[in-house]
Amino acid sequence: MLQVNDLHVSVEGNEILKGLTLTIKAGEVHAIMGPNGAGKSTLSAVIAGKDGYEVTQGTITFEGKDVLEMEIEERAQAGLLLGFQYPVEIPGVKNIYLLKAALNAQRVARGEGEMPAPEFMKLVKEKLGYMKMDASFLQRAVNEGFSGGEKKRNEILQMLVLQPKLAMLDEIDSGLDIDAMKVVADGVNSLRAEDRAILLVTHYQRLLDYIVPDKVHVLVDGRIVKTGDAELAKQLEANGYEGIEESVA
Amino acid sequence: MASEEMEQLVRREYKDGFVTDIESDTLPPGLDENTIAFISNKKGEPEWMLEWRLDAYRQWLKMKAPSWAHLDYPPIDYQSISYFSAPKRPEDRPQSLDEVDPKLLETYEKLGIPLHERAALAGVAVDAVFDSVSVATTFKKQLGEAGVIFCSISEAIRDYPELIKQYLGTVVPVADNYFAALNSAVFTDGSFVFVPEGVTCPMELSTYFRINAANTGQFERTLIICESRAQVSYLEGCTAPMRDENQLHAAVVELVALDDAYIKYSTVQNWYPGDENGVGGIYNFVTKRGDCRGDRSRISWTQVETGSAITWKYPSCVLRGKESIGEFYSVAVTNGRQQADTGTKMIHIGEGTRSYIVAKGISAGRSNQSYRGLVKIGPRAKGARNFTQCDSLLIGDKCGAHTFPYQEIGNSTATIEHEATTSKIGEDQLFYCQSRGISEEDAVSMIVNGFCKDVFQELPMEFAVEAEALLNVTLEGAVG
Repeated sequence: MLQVNDLHVSVEGNEILKGLTLTIKAGEVHAIMGPNGAGKSTLSAVIAGKDGYEVTQGTITFEGKDVLEMEIEERAQAGLLLGFQYPVEIPGVKNIYLLKAALNAQRVARGEGEMPAPEFMKLVKEKLGYMKMDASFLQRAVNEGFSGGEKKRNEILQMLVLQPKLAMLDEIDSGLDIDAMKVVADGVNSLRAEDRAILLVTHYQRLLDYIVPDKVHVLVDGRIVKTGDAELAKQLEANGYEGIEESVA
Repeated sequence: MASEEMEQLVRREYKDGFVTDIESDTLPPGLDENTIAFISNKKGEPEWMLEWRLDAYRQWLKMKAPSWAHLDYPPIDYQSISYFSAPKRPEDRPQSLDEVDPKLLETYEKLGIPLHERAALAGVAVDAVFDSVSVATTFKKQLGEAGVIFCSISEAIRDYPELIKQYLGTVVPVADNYFAALNSAVFTDGSFVFVPEGVTCPMELSTYFRINAANTGQFERTLIICESRAQVSYLEGCTAPMRDENQLHAAVVELVALDDAYIKYSTVQNWYPGDENGVGGIYNFVTKRGDCRGDRSRISWTQVETGSAITWKYPSCVLRGKESIGEFYSVAVTNGRQQADTGTKMIHIGEGTRSYIVAKGISAGRSNQSYRGLVKIGPRAKGARNFTQCDSLLIGDKCGAHTFPYQEIGNSTATIEHEATTSKIGEDQLFYCQSRGISEEDAVSMIVNGFCKDVFQELPMEFAVEAEALLNVTLEGAVG
């Protein structure tokens, strides 16, 4: 589904990713772990198309298409969706409005036509319930005045409504208490499907107790230095990243 | 996103209309007492009105153009302006929509303006056209039954001299400021509204429906009076782009609200802003003031300003009556090389008076805009309260926004709150929306409309819808 090959990325002249290679197949859940500054968030940002990242070498393909040639919105329309670590506030724009605009933009791009309003409302209400969110969320401005936990839940809500093929979640667990994390993890787990992949970027192993990944990659200094299964995350928790770095060196 | 792209995104061309050829019955450029006598005579005015104009003119001669605004424009040569031109003869106008610039029509289409109104807006000779005449006649009848007077200011001077004498110039005195004095001397058009005691005007009044209003005057004069417990909502301007050969516009609007009266005045202004270099755009120097003369009266200004090369405009409220309320809701959008210095003045004189200010400025391109607001609390305005919120949104990195809040507090029981924010249209916000599959253009319009929501919700319904469409067209990228 997603193929990242020898990816080199610089930000303001500093090379952050230094030859990263990663393959994600449909149905898989991958976790990228690593110390601060290793380039974890850079990877998902580049895949989503954020400005300010210069790809100097390498390729990213998604279902055979060259992702780097696509506009930001085209990537989303193709089914690549990024859940933000720090979701942005958009004053005056209702949450429901953003959801609807996003869903319909994606549907129209795929030639499916806009979703009729009653069907849309039904869908959103169902997903809201799943995320244990009150209907009043829909009428509030996007992320404005949301607590950290509410913002994260809102990101997952968007995923549930938009149903991407590849959901990328950047530090979705940061700033969450244990109850909120369970709700978020439940939401993510409900996304698991044979035709969908999930890429989790996280600093801590704790999230992976709730969302058990098929593959864990350790990212250090711009490269994946080790790949394993869920057990690897536990080892990391016990020994820290330094242990890995040493074993690789 | 690179800043050039950002610029591309907000660049727009003004879809200008036709250019007219022949004027008839037009005064040669120049201004002196003869010019004023000519205007007064043309309008069939009584002697006292001429004297009033001449008095204004003589005071204007002694005044100087204000220089305090954050605006940059060459000195205006008042002798090079023609102060009277009769409405164009039908045969000099485009005879049908086929003769109108298709781009202008395209804009009307985008703004959702009904077909039959497009002709009038585009300046097509309307005599033979459509229902607007009958619509207006129906309105006149309904208004007449309610006792509401709604006519041109010239008609009012002829037909209701007592009301004019009683109220004209009492809110904005002839020598109030340079442009107001000029207007007082030479005004040629404008509206007059009188709503008698206890009457709620049965419909929203709009210049749009006033016949002969198609060619808006260069020096408009509007006077609206609400007697005790009367109410009116007045809509000025329209969202359609308006082309005018007159570069200088200096209007005066006076509102008078007596006890428990409520006047809601909404404006959508979309004059020609000039080309990319700002050449040929309209200078819009307006004096708008409402007098809450009665107790518990309320005056509310709502404006959406997107046009003009230069805007100099401060709709204000004088809160004289006890517990009277003044409100100002404003969205100003500048793009290209537009300049706007706008804001409001809330003058609290009476006890327990309240004012509420929400000003939203959006700057794009190389434009510059300033919010300039004065909140003045007099010594007798016990317990007066003001809330001010002004927010600026910058699109791109070549534009500017400035805030000049002034406060003069003359007594210690007043409560003043002021909030101000300046934000750049977040590349982060844009990325967030786009990464959900929403196109860049749609994302910009969504963010901008969200930013303006507090003000849009104050607009009468149809205006609000039009204003949203207008913003989208205004900030459209590769126009068309």
